[in-house]
Amino acid sequence: MLRQLAALTLMNLQTLPQRRGSSSVIVIGIAGVVAVLVSVLAMSLGFHHTLADTGRADRVVILRGGSDVELNSNLTRAEIDTISNAPGLARDASGAAKLSNELVTVANVPKIDTGSDANVTLRGVGIKSPEVRPELQMIEGRMFRPAVRELVVGQGAARQFRGLTTGSVLRLRNADWTITGIFTSGGDIHESELLADVDTVGSAVERNGYSSAVGLLDSPASFAAFHDSLTQDPSLKVDVQREPDYYAAQSKDLAKTINIVGNTVAVIMAIGAMFGALNSMYSAVAARALEIATLRAIGFGALPVLLSVMAESLALALLGGILGATLAWLVFNGHSVATLGGAFAQVVFQLRVTPALLATGIAWACTIGLLGGFFPALRAARLPVATALRAN
Amino acid sequence: MKFLPLVWATLWRRKTRTIFTLLSIVVAFLLYGVLETVDYAFSHPANSVTGADKLITTNKYSITFSLPFADLQQIRGVPGITEVTWITWFGAYYQESKNFVFALPIDTDSYFNLHQGGFIVDPAELEAFRNNRSGAIVNVDLMKKFGWKVGDRVPLHSTIWTQRNGSLDWSFDIVGTFSAKDPAEATQQSSTFLFHYETFDEGRSFGKGDVGWFEERVANPAQAAAIARQVDALFANSPNETKTQPAADFTLAFLKQLGDIGFILRAILGAVFFTLLFLTGHTMMQSVRERIPELAVLKTLGFSGGQVLGLVVGESLLLCVIGASLGLALSFATLPILKQGLQGVDLSPRAIVPGFAVAILLAFVIGLPPALRAMRLNIVDALAGRG
Repeated sequence: MLRQLAALTLMNLQTLPQRRGSSSVIVIGIAGVVAVLVSVLAMSLGFHHTLADTGRADRVVILRGGSDVELNSNLTRAEIDTISNAPGLARDASGAAKLSNELVTVANVPKIDTGSDANVTLRGVGIKSPEVRPELQMIEGRMFRPAVRELVVGQGAARQFRGLTTGSVLRLRNADWTITGIFTSGGDIHESELLADVDTVGSAVERNGYSSAVGLLDSPASFAAFHDSLTQDPSLKVDVQREPDYYAAQSKDLAKTINIVGNTVAVIMAIGAMFGALNSMYSAVAARALEIATLRAIGFGALPVLLSVMAESLALALLGGILGATLAWLVFNGHSVATLGGAFAQVVFQLRVTPALLATGIAWACTIGLLGGFFPALRAARLPVATALRAN
Repeated sequence: MKFLPLVWATLWRRKTRTIFTLLSIVVAFLLYGVLETVDYAFSHPANSVTGADKLITTNKYSITFSLPFADLQQIRGVPGITEVTWITWFGAYYQESKNFVFALPIDTDSYFNLHQGGFIVDPAELEAFRNNRSGAIVNVDLMKKFGWKVGDRVPLHSTIWTQRNGSLDWSFDIVGTFSAKDPAEATQQSSTFLFHYETFDEGRSFGKGDVGWFEERVANPAQAAAIARQVDALFANSPNETKTQPAADFTLAFLKQLGDIGFILRAILGAVFFTLLFLTGHTMMQSVRERIPELAVLKTLGFSGGQVLGLVVGESLLLCVIGASLGLALSFATLPILKQGLQGVDLSPRAIVPGFAVAILLAFVIGLPPALRAMRLNIVDALAGRG
């Protein structure tokens, strides 16, 4: 039976070029579904990656208790001092804690694509910030200097918001800030932000105190000791979180929404493509009725006929799936977009078309192909041999 | 018109094929209807809250920065402004952070005066709210969601505002309820919880005398833009410069922050229609090819080339219009589901007229190539099977 199946499938596939028109309906229909599915899922994956996957397990974010996000939080200088004495923090040669006191504000900066104002984070960072975030590298220009109104721009922000180029001036709250450079930080959330010296930001926005503290632990295992010493201190009321946990909480809702929307649209499109596949395979079977009947007459079984039709549909679907996934990868992999994140500020992220995502797309394609091929295959297998031979 | 039965009969010449083609057109127009509605919703915020006579004044630097309460007197003095109210973002939830509550400290008289017509509220309950300093007046949907009753004392957790004792937890007595007058706004208002600005300002440990933003109503909407400029001129070069804009623009700018949703939706629709065009176009071609002898017979009977062209285009038109009607009707049926997902946007079946326009265009693009082939048919060749 396997030999029969192999012979039939080979014959079907060899005659495909003669049925170029109806075969391409399956290929293009499925390619459309897979391209849309992969692109939309790449969006949610990219967003999640930027927020959740790039933090370090040995880095901690400390907020005022019950504040949820840095923008709402408030810590005094005295509280920062207490935090910097907690056990578990990494320290430099002089014993100073690797802890950056930060002030997070949101500024209106117009987006390039829509032209309307968007909430861009202006983050004031403490002098220990370079040691807390060693991954941060300037790719253009130089770092800001403290005490003068200078700031640096993340490369994501530079791509999405208007006027953020090295050397240009950004007017924020009656003051001109010079952009001295553009930085990268490995694709994480900070690439969506503007960074400046914390006290310079504080004086510009007339705010005493800070939003948060970001610290580097001496090892990821020190988290419990650090966490407990702060949360058990009666003079403090703070929430202590590992950095990845803090940002993952902000990506959850949106990533879920994008996934639901993407899957719904793809399911509806898949149904449409399946009708297309059914149509094409039925007409392929009808066109070859005489041929199939002849094969049955000379001893080919019903099952090999059924399977060979399904194999043809599967092969076409696979081709469509690969085409759609490749198209999505070529057009959208690395494409940069921005949206409003859970912390009420813009998050710039890149669409990520990963191998796993490509595999998902191709799996969808095969499912559509199998479903679209089954009923026509059934008809082919059940074809009454005598009647079919007599027709035409 | 008299050829309709003929077109109808040829359409059903191969039932399964027509049904499958029809279903994929239905699917495409279902997506078209849903995505166009969502696109429209994101570019047209709900109407009556954001009526043309409403302005919003925020801190120019960012809405997350407050404005001095003292600005109120100056704004009130701008000619053409009939009412000003002030509101602050409270950032609240009930018990757990997923239970978001749109809680706002307001000034009762100016707020309800400015938004008159926006709410259905019992005057007695409004009076009770006025007289209870720790009172709150809550949207009926929110009451239902958490099982609250009038008379309950409920705790809200603010993620921003600490009380003087350092606590982020505030308690309010629910003294009344309201609901949205315009059903289109019901979802937008569904988690609104209003309480007194005086209580809030006295209770908070920092930021006293600040407000989040001002809302104004102007007597003549035609002057709204000029009045907005006048308001901003009052505070130019002050530490807290303002940005005043029509309430609709404010909401629109906020929705635009989510991203270029229109572009994404159009890209998806582009893929859907390209696929559909290919699929249906192929089916029509195939169907005409099979019928060449029949078409030749029609021509022999005296049908002109133009009439044969009309028959084939008519078939394509019938298929597309039936498919579009079913698809758009289905998308209309999904509106209630969409409404739950999209808060603060106005949903209405806007896609119907452009939807049919697209269907007719599609019918011509798909139907014309095979129709032209049918028109140019040479009777002798076609009857001889050489078409």
